[in-house]
Amino acid sequence: MPSSMIRIEGLTKHYGPTQAVKGLTFEVPRGQVVGFLGPNGAGKSTTMRILAGSLNPTGGKAFVGDVNVVEDPVGARKLIGYLPESNPLYDEMMVVEYLRFVADVRAVPRDVRAARIKSAVERCGLTGVISKDINQLSRGYRQRVGLAAAILHEPDLLILDEPTAGLDPNQIVEIRNLIKDLGKEKTVILSTHILSEVQSTCSRVLIINEGRLVADDTPERLTAGADGSGEIALVLGHRHGQALDAAAVRASLSAMAGVTAVEVTEGEGAGTLGFRVRHGADDVRRTLFETAVKNDWVLLELKRTQVSLEDTFRKLTDTRRAA
Amino acid sequence: MNAALAVARREFRSFFISPIAYIVLGGFLLLAGWLYFSTLFLAGQASLRGFFSVAPVLFVVLVPAITMRAVAEERKSGTLELLLTFPMDDWQITFGKFLASLGMVSVALVCTLPYAFSVAALTGPGPAFDWGPVFAGYFGLLLLASSFIGMGLWGSALSKNQIVGFIFGLVLCFAFYFVDKFAPLLPDALGQVVEFLSVDYHFENIARGVIDTRDLVFYLSLTALGLLMTARTIQSTRL
Repeated sequence: MPSSMIRIEGLTKHYGPTQAVKGLTFEVPRGQVVGFLGPNGAGKSTTMRILAGSLNPTGGKAFVGDVNVVEDPVGARKLIGYLPESNPLYDEMMVVEYLRFVADVRAVPRDVRAARIKSAVERCGLTGVISKDINQLSRGYRQRVGLAAAILHEPDLLILDEPTAGLDPNQIVEIRNLIKDLGKEKTVILSTHILSEVQSTCSRVLIINEGRLVADDTPERLTAGADGSGEIALVLGHRHGQALDAAAVRASLSAMAGVTAVEVTEGEGAGTLGFRVRHGADDVRRTLFETAVKNDWVLLELKRTQVSLEDTFRKLTDTRRAA
Repeated sequence: MNAALAVARREFRSFFISPIAYIVLGGFLLLAGWLYFSTLFLAGQASLRGFFSVAPVLFVVLVPAITMRAVAEERKSGTLELLLTFPMDDWQITFGKFLASLGMVSVALVCTLPYAFSVAALTGPGPAFDWGPVFAGYFGLLLLASSFIGMGLWGSALSKNQIVGFIFGLVLCFAFYFVDKFAPLLPDALGQVVEFLSVDYHFENIARGVIDTRDLVFYLSLTALGLLMTARTIQSTRL
């Protein structure tokens, strides 16, 4: 058994003159849950479609297990469960009819078909709706039908293109839990815009921008400033209720050892001021407290804000800044 | 093969969910019945010849109406992408669609069987009703429909708009129906060529009760060509 579930080497895809994917290379070992991030048009869906078999690459190689998706497309597609971006379904069919259809097309043996459908239905929480028409279902349920159809043939690899797009917060949590659950036994690659989703479900993040890989790391490492630097949000008031002078406070904050930048933000109403203090490798909270006491400031709030995945994402994919 | 059958079964069932199928079937039966029976008693002959002479031109409209949604609808609703990621070749998708459409045409033809039975019952004493040309005629109609389905599916595969698919199929089918209608006015050699290209000409041969390999080969090649173009068009979606 090969150790990697997905192997992509120098993958390119052109649509006429536009290049959607420009030489992408990465590998996903078995059992990993990988988040695929990137702004719109970065080439996420294109890459996933090439893996799932609905698009042919222009150049490069893509393997699912050890099957080359170009040389043996049908063989590769057998190993994959795929949930396309907009989750297209045959609306006029009943849920159970649809699942039977997918099982037949996917050549699930007749003698295990009923059992497979039953377990997929239970797993995806569809028991109550199997004899409803798909067009009567809510988006959350539709998404579950799509997922159930994707796992019917017990694939090794699940490719989920924006599985939580368009769902309400409760549905998002449900689908996310389902994906987490599926990720225990399968390799999953999912694309998303929602960065917190990656933090909660994925063990690895691939960020692509303009058809190229720009980051490949764990969510933890991408969020922690690698050098220990960080940011502190402050809300200050005066001990005796006097108004604070923003410029003066800012000056004394900036003068503190370890502080690299200070920004004034919104306070919390009369007499209070908000600040955002960026600092280097050293922890400045203690000095901050001492400075506050010395100046008769009251610390109404002191919060360490992590460098969010959002910031990392924006930094990596903001092409204007890079140019 | 099983995958193609699964596609065909799903497609065939979906026909009966949309009202279009009933409208198209009803329209066909109404027109066929009216055109046939209005001449039957005038001719005074107990045969289905009248029906078999109007059926091909009705098929020019019926078949594209059946096939128009086959691929276009999948393209529009996005389910084509699902089909493309199932473990089957593009020709299996095409063949599944073909079988479903042929099934639908068969339903239309089965609905016309009462014509044969009622005419057989009307046959006067003396010579018995001749079933030979009836079987040959229905067989010929299925072949003719197959070739039309190939063209109709190609039209349907070209865009996500059903109407575009319908018109494309209609024009193609009509061309192959109409091509020999001016044959007598053309020089002999050219006349023979257009006759050979005409679906109607080959159908008349078969309906007469003569099953000739040339007619079979003609229909089968025309069907194969249409399905090949359909499969190629579906395949180009992957580019």
